[in-house]
Amino acid sequence: MEPILSTHGLTAHYGDFQALFGVDIDVRQGETIAIIGANGAGKSTLMRAITGLLQNAPDAITLRGEGIGALSAPEVLERGISMVPEGRRLFPSLSVEENLLIGGHTRTGNGVWNLETVYEIVPILKERRDHPGTALSGGQQQMVAIGRALMSNPDVLLCDELSLGLAPVVIKEIYASFPKIKERGASVVVVEQDIGQAMKIADRVYCMMEGRVTLQGRPDELSREDIHNAYFGVAS
Amino acid sequence: MSDPRKITRLIQLMGLAGVVLLFLVPVIGSRALVQDLFGVLTLLILAQNWNLLAGFAGLVSVGQQAFVGVGAYAMFACVILLGMDPLVGIAVGGVAAMLLAIPMAFFSFRLAGAYFAIGTWVVAEITRLCFAQWKALGGGTGTSLPKGTTKTMFGVPEIKSWLGGSSSAASDALTYWLALILALATLIAAYLFLKSRMGLGLQALRDNEEAARSVGVNPTRLKAWVFMLTAFGTGLCGALLFIQITRVTPEAAFSVLDWTAFVIFITVIGGIGTLPGPIIGVIVFYFLQRTLADYGTVYLIVLGCLGIAVMLFARRGLWGLFTEKTGIELLSLRQLPPTENQAR
Repeated sequence: MEPILSTHGLTAHYGDFQALFGVDIDVRQGETIAIIGANGAGKSTLMRAITGLLQNAPDAITLRGEGIGALSAPEVLERGISMVPEGRRLFPSLSVEENLLIGGHTRTGNGVWNLETVYEIVPILKERRDHPGTALSGGQQQMVAIGRALMSNPDVLLCDELSLGLAPVVIKEIYASFPKIKERGASVVVVEQDIGQAMKIADRVYCMMEGRVTLQGRPDELSREDIHNAYFGVAS
Repeated sequence: MSDPRKITRLIQLMGLAGVVLLFLVPVIGSRALVQDLFGVLTLLILAQNWNLLAGFAGLVSVGQQAFVGVGAYAMFACVILLGMDPLVGIAVGGVAAMLLAIPMAFFSFRLAGAYFAIGTWVVAEITRLCFAQWKALGGGTGTSLPKGTTKTMFGVPEIKSWLGGSSSAASDALTYWLALILALATLIAAYLFLKSRMGLGLQALRDNEEAARSVGVNPTRLKAWVFMLTAFGTGLCGALLFIQITRVTPEAAFSVLDWTAFVIFITVIGGIGTLPGPIIGVIVFYFLQRTLADYGTVYLIVLGCLGIAVMLFARRGLWGLFTEKTGIELLSLRQLPPTENQAR
């Protein structure tokens, strides 16, 4: 199957510092991809590059064959890629409902996601629709951030470090909503430091270290030792 | 302690009563009071527009006098050159200012921060110099509205027969009511705009620009809209101001002190980035002006010192300080937590 989203020798710089060195990944229709790696491996930089927050060569990133590497973040979103950013980044001035609504600010797509369908998978948000977004618990805030990203009905949903700072039981609840998201058609890319969690939900896994992809494959193909080597760069 | 919500409701009711009272001023007050309050209301309109621009869109312009001047000159051109009613000239003034905003944005949006501020000032100065060349409107020395224009403009004869008194007093009453309506309309429009889809985008940008961009908010497009809309409001106000003044010169119409510096002062001391801020600011400004008017330059020194003190010790202005101490919010764009019986 042709990939819907690909990166081709993707590089990224912060001033003189090079953060990505020729990263190639493919995401196919309906797939869940997990990107794992230690702190500083370049996972979040990869997400920022794909979403247009870091500019790149036009053909370094393609969506359905179209080069999108040089597009701005709003243009990338209009073409169907949205992101749940690391640390959730809800807007404190806005209510829960307004935080969701702004997700469909420029693109509402033709998909199934709207306020009602988001409230369907997370009913508590409907109850708290008038609360300030940042007054919810960490897990609920994360669900608002996911709902906000879904409101544009993306073809590819990128999730950066969903489990950061959350209790294991909350993380489990968040990932429990993923099958419902997937069955409505989006491909999902999850950046995750928790290897066990990533292995459970992913169809394929990419492991990154120091700005490079060091390992890729289906979870059942990868041995513990391979992952350990690729994650830390040393044999266990 | 009393419930802040009850106090908020009380303030809202007092505000409403205040508005009714303001509408009655030309009927029950002296002409001097009408003229004084006209000045206050026009400053309030300018401050509301600048607040939207700088406080919400982060565009700290010091070239707003360009829009006042263009609005004023467009109104004079309509009356003197085209023989139109001055009230039609006000609408044309707003549109002319908005049209000027397009090339102004084209140049100044390439600059950021302090450079943007300087850029807008430079464009305003260039505009002033251009209008000083317009010989048909008096060139550098300016011109006056033809004698009797304001006495015969649309609505004045009717107001005169209703209120009694002179045509000049009726003209003052009309411009006063227009200023009051424009001030209220600006406040309501700003509130509705900030609650609209574009306004949500603007607030999101203010909260976190990168997160806002990643949900599809286009900062340049949004800021350009705000720049154009506030230019329209400022241009309308400029035209209205000079109907009452009846004489225009490039120096008066494009005065950075009168139409931008005082406006910045009012917004900053009142509370930048809040809707009630400019209202508080303009009230403080009015009373300071009344109290210190006889002391010449001391007046400006006191204004400057007060501005600095507020910037140092109450960064969110007097309204911000009041909100912080009392928990009372008015025209708040922030979401308040629901009351206990609303929360489940």
